[in-house]
Amino acid sequence: MTTSTAPLLAVRGVTLQYKTKDHLVTATYRVDFDVFRSDRFILLGPSGCGKSTLLKAVGGYMKPVEGEIRLKGEAVTRPGPDRMMVFQEFDQLLPWRTVKENVMFPLRASGRLPRRQALEKAMEYIAKVNLTAFADNYPHTLSGGMKQRVAIARGMAMEPDVLLMDEPFAALDALTRRKMQDELLALWEGTRFTVLFVTHSIPEAIKVGSRILLLSPHPGQVKAELDSLASDASPALVSALEQRIHSMLFADAIEEAPTTERVTA
Amino acid sequence: MIDIAGAPAARAEIVREPVSTASFGIVEKPLSAWERVTNHGWVRKLALLVVIAVIWEIYARQLDNPLLFPTFSATVIAFVQGLFGGDLFTKAMTSLRVLLMGYAAGIACAALLTVVAITSRIGTDLLELLTSMFNPLPAIALLPLALIWFGLGTASIVFVIIHSVLWAVSLNTHSGFLAVSNTLRMVGRNYGLRGLPYVARILIPAAFPSILTGLKIGWAFAWRTLIAAELVFGVSSGSGGLGWFIYENKNQLEIPNVFAGLFTVIVIGLIVENVVFRVIEAETVRKWGLQS
Repeated sequence: MTTSTAPLLAVRGVTLQYKTKDHLVTATYRVDFDVFRSDRFILLGPSGCGKSTLLKAVGGYMKPVEGEIRLKGEAVTRPGPDRMMVFQEFDQLLPWRTVKENVMFPLRASGRLPRRQALEKAMEYIAKVNLTAFADNYPHTLSGGMKQRVAIARGMAMEPDVLLMDEPFAALDALTRRKMQDELLALWEGTRFTVLFVTHSIPEAIKVGSRILLLSPHPGQVKAELDSLASDASPALVSALEQRIHSMLFADAIEEAPTTERVTA
Repeated sequence: MIDIAGAPAARAEIVREPVSTASFGIVEKPLSAWERVTNHGWVRKLALLVVIAVIWEIYARQLDNPLLFPTFSATVIAFVQGLFGGDLFTKAMTSLRVLLMGYAAGIACAALLTVVAITSRIGTDLLELLTSMFNPLPAIALLPLALIWFGLGTASIVFVIIHSVLWAVSLNTHSGFLAVSNTLRMVGRNYGLRGLPYVARILIPAAFPSILTGLKIGWAFAWRTLIAAELVFGVSSGSGGLGWFIYENKNQLEIPNVFAGLFTVIVIGLIVENVVFRVIEAETVRKWGLQS
């Protein structure tokens, strides 16, 4: 057991709403969860369950209409470098800075480190994602997977309290995605950072996560919070868990169909 | 009956060894000298310039009327003589000085306006309203008013140049800011950047292609306005600029000199566009992959 029982990140009864042109949409309804230090915490759910919106709220880009989000006991009110975000899009790197400068930029912009130390730290993390040879390249010369690795290095170099990852591998091809998942786990073994990871892929959740939060669709509500499996778990166990999660998420769709029929009938 | 065959029950695996590269004719071959030379944009443009000059020369010689249309060589001679013997150089410098003053002031005003516009909704409304009101207004139409307000002098010309630069640059910069991807905005805010540092370190570099377009258009507008304004009252500020040089020589029927004055405007334009802006482009948007 850890010595302190207080969670690193506490999400309490968070309801999130956003406005579209002619609707007020409730994305999540009274979601609770706790993330502890060194968790690989997964937000899993079908599209439209508000998992990305939830991550944005943790990032400080959105205010909950109800409930609160506390990081190390302090309420989250706006974006900040203690919650570094890795996005799905490849265009998240600043095109006008080289790989090295991209990783250094938040360290310098937040005034955390002087130039020389920022450079050292940047190079350390670039080496961790195996991109030392590309340190002076501009982002547009890199492949999609390499860009995501730079984004991860950039997030990790800040040594944030929690690394927020919004489907970071979703835009990659299957082979690269699998490799990136392995690399992420290897990185985690080395530094044991805390990560909050959004995905809609059940296998990815089981592989990457240590703890998985299942959200129901539209609006997102907590369906379950499960422990994932160790990376050396037998394939039978993995597929059993996959089945279990699948049926829990799928249950909604089956329930939903008759209700709509009843309404229309 | 035509039978569309399905896959046979069992197909043999096919495994091949790649052929050794030694048996290829060419794997990699350097381009020929001609191809490498013509790959440079400036070489191609220079060739076009030569062609235009030759056509000019031939046509002017056929016409044989130096009062209407002097030859290219006569223009170049007048240009060189004016540059080294006459006052063309000082006139050009006078014009450039006024131009740069107006251009810089216009950009400063545009920067202020767009920062206000990007940070508040009412600012956006203000920018949109002002640009739609004043952008269609020709700068030269403001000159009589400027003369009353600022007198016969540099201040009036600078004022009309600011007017011609401001709206073009603001409009382009603002649309560039609006086009910055949401991901990059969120990245910037993730770093804790807000206010001016956010604009300076995220929005401006990200919107740089549009800003550069605005700067180029602004530069061209500034030139036009300047020459036009100088044609109207160039000499009153003491030492006239290029516009006055052109006007004066026309009155004295020194047509090659008129051409030399126009030629100077063209040469400066070519240099600024193809050297100054080209270098800025190569060092920024091209290097960053924002523009090919």
